[in-house]
Amino acid sequence: MSTVISALPIDFAGAIILFWLALGSIGLALQSRPRWITLLIFPASAAASLLLAATGLWALGETPDVALLPLGLPDLPFHLRLDALSAFFLLLLGAASFGITLYAAGYFRSMPGGTLGLLTLEYHVFLASMALVLVADDAYLFMVAWESMALSSYFLVTTDHKIPAIRSAGYLYLLLAHVGAIAILLCFGVMQGGHGDFTFAAMRASELTEFWASAAFLLALFGFGAKAGLLPLHVWLPEAHPAAPSPVSALMSGVMLKTAIYGLLRVTFDLLPMQLWWWGVLLLTLGLATAFFGVVFAAVQSDMKRLLAYSSIENIGLILVGIGLGLLFHSYKMGGLAALAITAALYHCLNHAFFKGLLFLGTGSVLHATGERNLGRLGGLMRRMPWVAWLTLVGTLAIAGLPPLNGFVSEWLLLQAFLLTPGLPHSYLNMLVPVAAAALALAAALAAYVMVKFYGIVFLGQSREEKLSEAHDAGIWEKLGMGWLALGCLALGLFPVSVILRLDAVTQLVTGHALGATAAQTGWLFLTPMAPERASYSPLFFLIVIATVVALTFFAVRRFYHGRLKRGPAWDCGYPAQTPRMQDTAEGFGQPIRQIFEFFFKIEREVPDPFDREPRYHGKTEDRLWYWLYLPVARVVERASALMGKMQHGRIHVYLMYSFVTLLVLLAFSR
Amino acid sequence: MMTPYSGILFQLLQSLLVVLAAPLLLGWVNQCRAWLSNRSGAGLLQPYRGLRKLLHKDAVLAETASPLFRATPYVLFGCMWLAAGVVPVLATDLPYAPAADVIALVGIFALARVFLALAAMDIGTSFGTLGARREMLVAFLAEPALLMVFFTASLISHSTSLSTIVETLAHSQAVIYPSLAFAALAFVMVLLAENARIPVDNPATHLELTMIHEAMILEYSARHLALIEWASSIKLLTYFAIGIALFLPWGIVEGNNWAGLPLALGALLLKLTVAGAGLALLETVSAKMRIFRAPEFLGTAFLLGVLGMLTHFLLES
Repeated sequence: MSTVISALPIDFAGAIILFWLALGSIGLALQSRPRWITLLIFPASAAASLLLAATGLWALGETPDVALLPLGLPDLPFHLRLDALSAFFLLLLGAASFGITLYAAGYFRSMPGGTLGLLTLEYHVFLASMALVLVADDAYLFMVAWESMALSSYFLVTTDHKIPAIRSAGYLYLLLAHVGAIAILLCFGVMQGGHGDFTFAAMRASELTEFWASAAFLLALFGFGAKAGLLPLHVWLPEAHPAAPSPVSALMSGVMLKTAIYGLLRVTFDLLPMQLWWWGVLLLTLGLATAFFGVVFAAVQSDMKRLLAYSSIENIGLILVGIGLGLLFHSYKMGGLAALAITAALYHCLNHAFFKGLLFLGTGSVLHATGERNLGRLGGLMRRMPWVAWLTLVGTLAIAGLPPLNGFVSEWLLLQAFLLTPGLPHSYLNMLVPVAAAALALAAALAAYVMVKFYGIVFLGQSREEKLSEAHDAGIWEKLGMGWLALGCLALGLFPVSVILRLDAVTQLVTGHALGATAAQTGWLFLTPMAPERASYSPLFFLIVIATVVALTFFAVRRFYHGRLKRGPAWDCGYPAQTPRMQDTAEGFGQPIRQIFEFFFKIEREVPDPFDREPRYHGKTEDRLWYWLYLPVARVVERASALMGKMQHGRIHVYLMYSFVTLLVLLAFSR
Repeated sequence: MMTPYSGILFQLLQSLLVVLAAPLLLGWVNQCRAWLSNRSGAGLLQPYRGLRKLLHKDAVLAETASPLFRATPYVLFGCMWLAAGVVPVLATDLPYAPAADVIALVGIFALARVFLALAAMDIGTSFGTLGARREMLVAFLAEPALLMVFFTASLISHSTSLSTIVETLAHSQAVIYPSLAFAALAFVMVLLAENARIPVDNPATHLELTMIHEAMILEYSARHLALIEWASSIKLLTYFAIGIALFLPWGIVEGNNWAGLPLALGALLLKLTVAGAGLALLETVSAKMRIFRAPEFLGTAFLLGVLGMLTHFLLES
């Protein structure tokens, strides 16, 4: 460490951010040569992502670094800081964006140069601003980075801005992003405690009363919740994710939502001086509602990217449940359990970045090959695009929470945190926790339903449309990108103990306790969150036993009997006039859920008369919250602005009078 | 006595016993059903004869079938073998046991189920997708209900490891847990649903429109079908073993103690005989429900499970 030229992780992170910005600008300059952009810029950017992931991994075990940039306001230069929490999210950003950018190198190859140049700039500004959000150490830089993240992603969402639906999706996103940003700004305003010092270091040291700390927490919850897709603020997600090009959807869903989680963790555990128990209960409840709502809505979608967007809402809900539970334990000084719950939440962040990225990329390839997003017009793609199908299968099984893949590990940890709960000082809380565990189990089981629907309808069965027979498999870059993410799903699923040992530094920072020592007490093969006799899980063992039995059975059947096989038409109970249209559509597969959870939806149905010669069935399922929350708010805003409009006459002397009265009032107050 | 080899041997013995004896249990249940409906029945060994016949036949595969379809029977068999190894059927603390706790056990069943549902959708027939949809409908309620049963048991024993749960419950004969009564009721309902028994599904049906499990495997033939049928019977036996372990654990061997084996075997045989006859009786006296009554049935099971947990907090902690 005492060498003359010793570079710290933060120097690497800064260099990568600058490199990304430079790549974006070069991309803009190379508009006339789209081949260069896809073959040079994107692979170089992917290499930088990998380096960032390595930097994050390195910084996880180091002491926090700080740096000061001579930019920003005159008396507030940009402060940078890289501690374990930032390092973890940088690792997530780097690892997920590596796969996504590799994929993008192939995906954007047929895009016209002008659009591609602009997109390259926005894409890299987006990456760089996300990294900057994670290392910002003062409110000013944080907000600058946060806003450039929102703006660059807005422009990415509206890449196809000629389509009106995409423009309105972008508008909704921008609106909610800014409402959220105002709340975050106010939150920082509360936390600086009247000293006028906006560095995070000053906020950590400031003394807040319970009331003001709670106000800051609620503002942060609202602001970051709007970005993450917390329940009543989720409406932009299912609009913006389908509108964006698929690698951008993958980046937004897999990584950008996690920056909101980062912000919430940073404010709640690091910057605020206290954590109150009811914050945890609030987060837990909201998280469960979000998870449940997301998964029920995902089950009735018929657009594959909207389905994935709703599933992202569900997963954010699960992460918030983990954080809420951690907060609850932390406020009661139950450090070990808090570390367990927070580990589960962080693990799920990482998992979601991998499998949701993978799934969005899979839908991107399908969209590219077929031009179709509607599940009702897809089907049978496993035979046309086997690579994409098999790689997507990994993501599907992972997100459905099946062992031995990664989604199961975090859900398992979360359920363990619930089950080891008893001992909270309030009996009401003790009762709440098992009920919450029940709701969580229900949401997790529904996720499997949703994913069987998604995968089965897109990739399995017979093609529902003629044109699907021309679908082609993905190119080499796409395969590489998806392969990386699939590998990540496998590795995170099979080696949980090693992952948790890396997470120790983060949970130590957040809760003051770490899980690693207990988790690894019986070696790397068995994951034991508390004690071996209380709970243990070994995914590798799982895989080995299943693989061995599969191989043994396969050879035994061949050896003792035979492997003879005939191909014939599908039997289907002897019904001869089978057509692909007799398979379930997305609506058909979601119908039981629509019927069971009818209360959640606003359903419009048009059922034909039995004697109708040309029967048409029409069904529309909508979100009730639009009608209960958003439209009333919009009406109030419209009415208020109409009232304000009455004050605007366009006559200069009236305006002068307004200024005069304002001045008088201000003078009277400031006296 | 406690050498690792001895443990592995015990483990293999238990797994083999479950895998080989599973069709026998199915034969017993079918025989009891036949007797109860005043038929003479095909005998205890009929499932073995069926498997042998299927294994000898040439497989016929739909032209549109993908490799996923062909791999699924093997994956299913592997999953059930693993589940049979994890559940303490004869003894606790076997070498497999730490690989999976109750939540992971639910995960194994879920993995098998998702593979089967995907395979059912693979050919692209109307009955296949119908079966997959219904199976997932039943599962998304049955799975959390099963978790609630396990949670109740693990709250009592402060552990999600099946071995520890069984040991705790086996040593507390004097205490009666009201929460476990709710859990037991919920478990029986889940067992019926998950193993495609009446009143949720009918394993002997030939009417496609009412099928759930059978609709998913309509396209399978010969060795593939044999493996699926075998896996289903292992699943039934495993579920019985779970129920026995949770609610009637007496007689089980603790640690791989060979001396306790005869007693454990005898107790297991007795319990399975009674439970199999009970299942047949339950199936005979009830009628199959309409598919949309199934969510209500399973919703009840889920609520009973939650009630069990709440009872634990109210009365036992």
